[in-house]
Amino acid sequence: MSAITHHYRTAGGVLLFVATACTRAADARPADAGVVTLAGSTSIQPFAERWAEEYDGGRVIVQSGGSTAGIKAAHDGTADIGMSSRTLQPAESKGLIETVVARDGIAIIVHAGNPVRALSLGQLQGIYAGSIRNWNAVGGRDLPITVITREDGSGTRDAFEQFVMGPTHEITATALVTAYSGGLRKMVSQDPGAIGYVTFSQLNTQVHSLAIDGISPSEPAIASGKYRLQRPFVFLTRGAPTGAALQFIAFVLSDTGQRVARAQGLAPVALQ
Amino acid sequence: MMMIARARRWVATTHLSDGVIERCLLFAALSAVTTLVLITLFILREGLPVIFDRGPMAFLGGVKWAPSRGHFGLLPMIAGTAVVTLGALVIGLPLGLAGAIALAELAPPRARRLLKPMIELLAGIPSVVYGFIGMEILVPFIRERGTLGGPGYSALAASIILGIMVLPTIIGISIDALEAVPRSYRDGSRALGATQWQTITGVVLPAARNGIVAAVILGMGRAVGETMAVIMVAGNAVQFPGSLLAPVRTLTANIALEMSYATGAHAQALFATGIVLFILSLALNGIAGRVRAVRKVAAA
Repeated sequence: MSAITHHYRTAGGVLLFVATACTRAADARPADAGVVTLAGSTSIQPFAERWAEEYDGGRVIVQSGGSTAGIKAAHDGTADIGMSSRTLQPAESKGLIETVVARDGIAIIVHAGNPVRALSLGQLQGIYAGSIRNWNAVGGRDLPITVITREDGSGTRDAFEQFVMGPTHEITATALVTAYSGGLRKMVSQDPGAIGYVTFSQLNTQVHSLAIDGISPSEPAIASGKYRLQRPFVFLTRGAPTGAALQFIAFVLSDTGQRVARAQGLAPVALQ
Repeated sequence: MMMIARARRWVATTHLSDGVIERCLLFAALSAVTTLVLITLFILREGLPVIFDRGPMAFLGGVKWAPSRGHFGLLPMIAGTAVVTLGALVIGLPLGLAGAIALAELAPPRARRLLKPMIELLAGIPSVVYGFIGMEILVPFIRERGTLGGPGYSALAASIILGIMVLPTIIGISIDALEAVPRSYRDGSRALGATQWQTITGVVLPAARNGIVAAVILGMGRAVGETMAVIMVAGNAVQFPGSLLAPVRTLTANIALEMSYATGAHAQALFATGIVLFILSLALNGIAGRVRAVRKVAAA
């Protein structure tokens, strides 16, 4: 089994390597050291592309593949910077330097007409575990709860499970599943009994976000860590970043870089 | 047109032509077959390890699907596919058969010339459009009007959408089957004093039976393979459908939903889902082909 998994991952790594090699060969200018390659989390990818657009210190190549692939790419050196939208397990982080470049909140959303405005973490867990099935159990109307979740493997779901469900609880099998956060928001906006979760940047007026344990999701609350349903966007380098990679990370952490992040709905790493 | 005429002249006057063209055609034919073989081999190579790793019974008969926690049980999805496919037939078969009889036996030629292309057009509507209509109209309707409750996203919604989507297949092939019944059968029946309806139910339908069965099976194949429209209305919950109003996940939806982030054993399990689908549609096509072949032998 492990041999097969290994084989599969190697194939992915080789592909990434070839892609990197090709883009580099095609871009064979003297200032080759100015090229930075990023690979990993599909959640970070669109934001990384925005940073790359604003960055004028050299060429930045952004590839996706998921957080796990990003961690591996950082280990292998197939990418200068690996991107992970989840916290690393101790075994994974060996030899890697983690730089948190932004924070992404996960908002719990309900239908705009739902009178419930706040839940405790325990109530939220009960709803997603399937033990609380009606809104009247949490101070709402007598209406069955439609639980909506993202698909297994999604980074948003991963972060949600980590914070809300913990290691002991699982999301109920009766939950509706969708693969798109926009689609999930639409489903919630149409069903008066629905509850779902999306990244903070996906919030809009079609749906209401809930306060969890008394804290509403907002940029300051996410940045300060008060709103706990959040995940870090992490840049990974093998050893301390140097050269072009360091320069790009410095840009991302600069005022300009963090302003770009905020404009896209992320919370900055150090908001004062 | 000029080009074709010139090419023809060239072909007619050149000696090497026949052999070259034959070889080109053979190559084209082989490339299609080769693609099929390669796809089959690839799916098997990627998917079989996880099936044998977990054991075929645990994989096909397992009731829990949570790949990131190491559970790979495909039975809820197999059940989901079975339920929505049967539901699609319950809706699509009576409508389709009635439509085929009306068009082949009863409708005046002018109405038929108008209606048949329209039904074929139904097959040309992209499935995402069916899904969108289902999501915007059918799902809210079921949620709000359904006396039994439920979220609207359900086996019922998927069955209704699929029931409409299989109509062109069922109607088209059934019409072919009805038209293949020799005119003399009908004449003989009418000459014996049977009414038109008695002729249809007593003579034409039994004679066309195998073709109609083939139409139903190919319609099933269509329903089993449909992905986008089903994902949009079925709700995709991994559970045995307790009622028609409960959300279900089909085999195709399972692959399409989870493919984007799947790695390692999870990705292999999705390929293995593909193997199950592959065998299912191969079996349906095989049965349909055999049933039709029987009819031809019988007619000869």
